[in-house]
Amino acid sequence: MTLDKNQAQQSVFPDERGYFGDFGGRFVPETLMPALDELTVAYREAMADEAFRARLAHLQATYTGRPTPVTYAARLSEQLGGARIYLKREDLAHTGAHKINNALGQALLAQRMGKQRVIAETGAGQHGVASATAAALLGLECHVYMGTVDMARQQPNVFRMRLMGAEVIPVESGSKTLKDAINEAIRDWVTNVRTTFYLLGSALGPHPYPMMVRDFQSVIGIEARQQMLDQVGRLPDVCVACVGGGSNSIGLFHAFRDDHDVELIGVEAGGHGIASHEHAARFADPDIGRPGVLHGTFSFVMQDDDGQIMNTHSISAGLDYPSVGPEHAYLRQTERAFYTSATDDEALDALQTLSKLEGIIPALESAHAVAEAIKRAPTMPKDSIMLINLSGRGDKDLDTVIHALEER
Amino acid sequence: MPDVITHGLAAIAAMFAQTKTEGRSAFLPYFPIGYPDYEQSIAIIESMAQAGVDGFEIGIPFSDPLADGPVIQAATQRALEQGTTLRKCLAAVRELRARGVDQPMLLMGYVNPFMRYGVEAFVKDARAAGADGLIVPDLPPEESARFAQACRNQGLALVFMLAPTSSKERIALVAQQATGFIYVVSLTGITGARRDLPPDLQDFITRVRAESGATPLVLGFGISQPEHVAMVGKLVDGYIVGSALVRAGGEGVAAARALAEQLLPS
Repeated sequence: MTLDKNQAQQSVFPDERGYFGDFGGRFVPETLMPALDELTVAYREAMADEAFRARLAHLQATYTGRPTPVTYAARLSEQLGGARIYLKREDLAHTGAHKINNALGQALLAQRMGKQRVIAETGAGQHGVASATAAALLGLECHVYMGTVDMARQQPNVFRMRLMGAEVIPVESGSKTLKDAINEAIRDWVTNVRTTFYLLGSALGPHPYPMMVRDFQSVIGIEARQQMLDQVGRLPDVCVACVGGGSNSIGLFHAFRDDHDVELIGVEAGGHGIASHEHAARFADPDIGRPGVLHGTFSFVMQDDDGQIMNTHSISAGLDYPSVGPEHAYLRQTERAFYTSATDDEALDALQTLSKLEGIIPALESAHAVAEAIKRAPTMPKDSIMLINLSGRGDKDLDTVIHALEER
Repeated sequence: MPDVITHGLAAIAAMFAQTKTEGRSAFLPYFPIGYPDYEQSIAIIESMAQAGVDGFEIGIPFSDPLADGPVIQAATQRALEQGTTLRKCLAAVRELRARGVDQPMLLMGYVNPFMRYGVEAFVKDARAAGADGLIVPDLPPEESARFAQACRNQGLALVFMLAPTSSKERIALVAQQATGFIYVVSLTGITGARRDLPPDLQDFITRVRAESGATPLVLGFGISQPEHVAMVGKLVDGYIVGSALVRAGGEGVAAARALAEQLLPS
């Protein structure tokens, strides 16, 4: 099979300036521009270095526990009565979520660049935990910015980070969630850029982050694609993943980008419902989800008529973010991927369903992907196959879930 | 002053010509519209104009000001809570012109509200309101083509920044694309008053001068005291004071004006 022009382009994106079609780029203060140039060069050199890649692969195998398995969700599939559902088990990766894939890669790069101090932002706490983990493993100093609203709803993760020697810095500004944690991390980086590596946790931010995070997360899809071929004998018809910033989804989708028969579905946080405007579904609400710039990249951003960034709502801290990685905006524009949303209630239901039927408690983020599967699988033929990225486990969310179920 | 009212690049050039003739640097205070409230922000800017400052950076509040320190963050947040919008900021410029403020005014704001308004429409309306240029901290030259074209069409300055981390190549790039002046960020960090200016400031300015030719250099970030002014006046063509004036402005018009008078070039 030969690639047509469009497919070939998709494989090499982003371009030199960090653009995926119309989206991406580098909208940052001048102070950071040289650091981003330096990072881009260092990243390309590292990935061209066999020893670097071998070290990452070794740690993935012996520390993270890769490859993570693909599990056939037999009882869920049977109950839904349509597609056969498979789960890519990123919940079984060390630290309990896919975030470690990227954190390890970037921490190794920080070490290679001679930066002894790493900073990170975190929403749900999973990226903060992954960063603290990688920093502990490699002996790096780690500071994690976290909104105080998120600290309250993700207490166990705050404790985990501190146990591993990271300093968790509470962020009180703005909505006190992920968006504001990123603002503070960028301010720290602007101030300490010469000595500090910014370990950004999702496929967003200025170039080269969307590319670099995608590449470090693409191990998810590379493994899953092969596992489907080995275990089922063919590729899935549909891949489903939740989309906050979009790192687990782009990590799954990337390996399937040229498999044009495989439908790619991203699930955003529908919060209290799209009509309520209280959600984090950037693509679903054209009144407020519009192209714009947040945190250094041009993508879809939830904003008011004046261009001020809006506060978002999701039961899931990891999806509670007003922008989305630029490659997703591109995949949507080119219709290579499709985006839908699941509400808080649908995610809560899905979390309970998967727990009861499969003995797997998903993270609230991943439960959004499961919710889409519950809607979609019954409409699909019995011989069709759906692959869900189960991006993390739900232990961190138990307080939130107990509280939400009590309120029902 | 010339009889003909000039706007945009010509007004900025005239300002630097004037300060050069007088053998001093230009003082361009920063103050955001809407803090402590809309009326007072206009009164503060008007009073600083009367005190004899050379020009203004008119701050446009944004929800996520990632280059700003706590003082400007808090002030612009309060401005937003009181309903300040980009349209109101343009109205403020019109009002200031109507009140006789004739110094150059550069609008300083983050890129997203300008994009939401529409880049070409915004630059046109900014010019019509009486603004002379734009300073957009999250718009490096690499991303600026559309803004630069719109500003060229309207004769407005599009000011780029340089930082101590900027390489020789980047200094040359900015110098080549600069219009109006180059905003030299004194330190690696965010806005906010500092006790001391960075020790390597002179070396940094020398590095910039080697590439920047005749383009005026205006220094900002961390400048807050008359001693700072005395020192930077010898190094650069102009200087910006932000956070210290914003803090004073929180106490009222008289406090802001008093500080502006202390910070006038010697």
